[in-house]
Amino acid sequence: MAAEVPSIDALGQFKLHTVLGPIGGSVNFTQSNLMMVVAGGLLLAMLYVGARPRAVVPGRLQALAELSYDFIYGMCAEQIGDAGKKFFPLVFTLFFFILFGNVLGLLPFSFTFTSHIAVTAALAIMVIVLVTVVALAYHGLHFFTYFFPAGAPKLLAPIIVPVEIISYLSRPVSLSIRLFANMVAGHVMLEVFASFMVMMAGALGAIGVIGAVGPLALNVALIGFELLVAFLQAYVFAILTCIYLHDAVHLH
Amino acid sequence: MDVAAAKALGAGIAVIALAGVGIGIGNIFSALVNSVARNPSARDQVFGIGILGFALTEAVALFALLIAFLILFT
Repeated sequence: MAAEVPSIDALGQFKLHTVLGPIGGSVNFTQSNLMMVVAGGLLLAMLYVGARPRAVVPGRLQALAELSYDFIYGMCAEQIGDAGKKFFPLVFTLFFFILFGNVLGLLPFSFTFTSHIAVTAALAIMVIVLVTVVALAYHGLHFFTYFFPAGAPKLLAPIIVPVEIISYLSRPVSLSIRLFANMVAGHVMLEVFASFMVMMAGALGAIGVIGAVGPLALNVALIGFELLVAFLQAYVFAILTCIYLHDAVHLH
Repeated sequence: MDVAAAKALGAGIAVIALAGVGIGIGNIFSALVNSVARNPSARDQVFGIGILGFALTEAVALFALLIAFLILFT
C-alpha cells in the first residue's frame, strides 16, 4: 500500500499550457487567456442579446441585463455619490469580468483566470493607479493632505503620515491577494477532497467506496459555497473600488 | 526533524490564525442578529453590510489557508 499511495497534486490544476495548437503556441495563448476571451464574449453577448428587444415588459434575458445594470448603478451612486455615474462603466466591467471568471472556473475542465496573482494584481494596480490619478485631477496637490487628517495634532505627524502612506500602498496588495487567495483556496480544497475520494476507494476497496460518500457530499456542499464566494469576491472587489473612488473624490 | 514532518507542523501552525477569524465572524453575525432583532425593518440594509464584513474577514482565513497549502504542496 505504501508504495502506491497517490500524492495530492493540489496546485497542478493552476499550471498554464498553450491552447489552439501551433498558432496559440507561437503567441503563448494559454487557457487562461482563452477563458478571459470567453468571459468577455459571454458578457457582451448577454448584454447585446438582452438589451436588443427593448420591450416595456422585459423578458428573462432583458430582465437579467437590466437587473445587472441597475445593481451596479445603484452601488456606484450609493458609494461614490453624484460623481459615481462617471465611474459606472469601470465598476460594471470589473465586476462582471471577475464574476464571469470566477463562475466559469467552477465548470468542469475549465480554468479560473482569477486564480493567478498576475491577473488579479494587474486589475488591482489598474484600480489604484486610476484612483490616484482621479484624486490628483480632482484636488491637485491638495490630495496629499489625505495622508494627514485635518485636526490631528501636528506632533503626531511623523507617525500618522507613514502609517497612512503604508495603508494607501497596501490597498492594491490586499485587493489582489484577497481575490487570488479565495479562488486558489477554494479550488485546492475541492481538489483535496476529490483526492480523498480516490484514495479511499483505491486503498480500502468496498468499504472505501462507501466511505468516499463523505468527501463527495462535502465536495457538493463546497461547490455551492464556492458559487457564493465567486459572487461575493466579485462584489467585494467592485465595492472596494467604489470606496477607494469615494475617498479619491471626497478626500476623507 | 525531517522536512516532511516540519512541513506538516508548519502548515498546522499557519492555520492558528483561523482562531481569530472564527472570533471575528462570530462577532459579525452576533452583531447582525442583534441589529435585525432590534430593528427588523433595517434587515435588507444591514444584511448587505454584514455579508461584506463576512467576506472581508473570511479573506483573512484564506490568507492563512493559502500559506498552509503553499507549505504543504510546494
